[in-house]
Amino acid sequence: MPSLKEVKNRIVSVKSTQQITKAMKMVAAAKLRRAQDRIIQIRPYSQKLNAILQNVSATLGDEIENVYAVERKVKKALVIVVTSDRGLCGAFNSNVSKAALNLINQKYSKQNEEGNVEILCIGKKGHDFFKRRGYKVNYTFGELFNNLDFEHVREAAEYAMDGFVKKEFDSVDIVYNEFKNVATQIVRTEQFLPIKSDFEDGEAVSDVQLDYIFEPNKVDIVMELIPKSLKITFYKSILESNASEHGARMTAMDKATDNAQELLKELQLTYNRTRQAAITKEILEIVGGAEALSNG
Amino acid sequence: MYFELITPDKKAFEGEVVGVKMPGVKGSFEVLNNHAPIISNLEKGDLRVALEKDEKHFKIEGGIVEVLNNKVVVLTESVESV
Repeated sequence: MPSLKEVKNRIVSVKSTQQITKAMKMVAAAKLRRAQDRIIQIRPYSQKLNAILQNVSATLGDEIENVYAVERKVKKALVIVVTSDRGLCGAFNSNVSKAALNLINQKYSKQNEEGNVEILCIGKKGHDFFKRRGYKVNYTFGELFNNLDFEHVREAAEYAMDGFVKKEFDSVDIVYNEFKNVATQIVRTEQFLPIKSDFEDGEAVSDVQLDYIFEPNKVDIVMELIPKSLKITFYKSILESNASEHGARMTAMDKATDNAQELLKELQLTYNRTRQAAITKEILEIVGGAEALSNG
Repeated sequence: MYFELITPDKKAFEGEVVGVKMPGVKGSFEVLNNHAPIISNLEKGDLRVALEKDEKHFKIEGGIVEVLNNKVVVLTESVESV
């Protein structure tokens, strides 16, 4: 049985750990709210953008040559892995890293053998994961989460898009966590480029078939809109991942706090029992001593 | 006439205005009340919003504008208030 002092020390240390996890949970909850607000904030922009895009492209048909939808034989692939910068958020990072690893080993196994898979990591944890396994990692945009806004995310999206247009990559995939609710994140592997389903599939918004003046012309407008829309898709994935991260951390820290509570209960029980035993032993000794005296 | 200036991060401006002058790809143009419906690409440049008494001045990084029923919506990726 551990000594009284040892148990006492453990109780103190578990208590302080519990306090830390509790605080981290609160912080994560606050950050989660902000992350969710961000997702809501891009809605006006993305909705309007898509509305205009559908509106214009519906009347256009096949006239546009979309450079982002060209299917080529995949010689070089870019895989974008979105993780977080910090740990202590459960399986959040390992799930996404594993999914990316799967993608590279299965879909792009041939390209990988030839060293033609570029891994672009956003977030430190993914970088560490692939570095440890000896992959070459592009970490140019790794620090996006330090200062998360469209301005910075845009650069990463432009890097992928420019690379695709210049034929440096023939396909771009993005692996990230989608935010379902606070406790659930879904790992998504999406093909970013070439664009799979073209925009023309969307039902034309027939009631808005107004006589717009198009300047300079419809084709140019659509050509301008498609990259914008792509960037928004990319930004959305990053924001989803950000919200998921805080959700995951919140749940993980909540569990940790609960576990600490459980542990405390057990330790307290051990402490009380040990204390009782010590007292009983002491009384026995005193009684035994008194007995010996009176007998003598 | 109602004007909205939207970026992915925020709404940089929203409210009643008299006119909006913006950098179209074919040259700068101004939208006043009862302008015909138009969708146009915008270039990088200055965007001036004429209010009742005041004037506001933004720098935008290109974008797109839609004018419909006295509602002007400018979508841009980056905006800087001057």
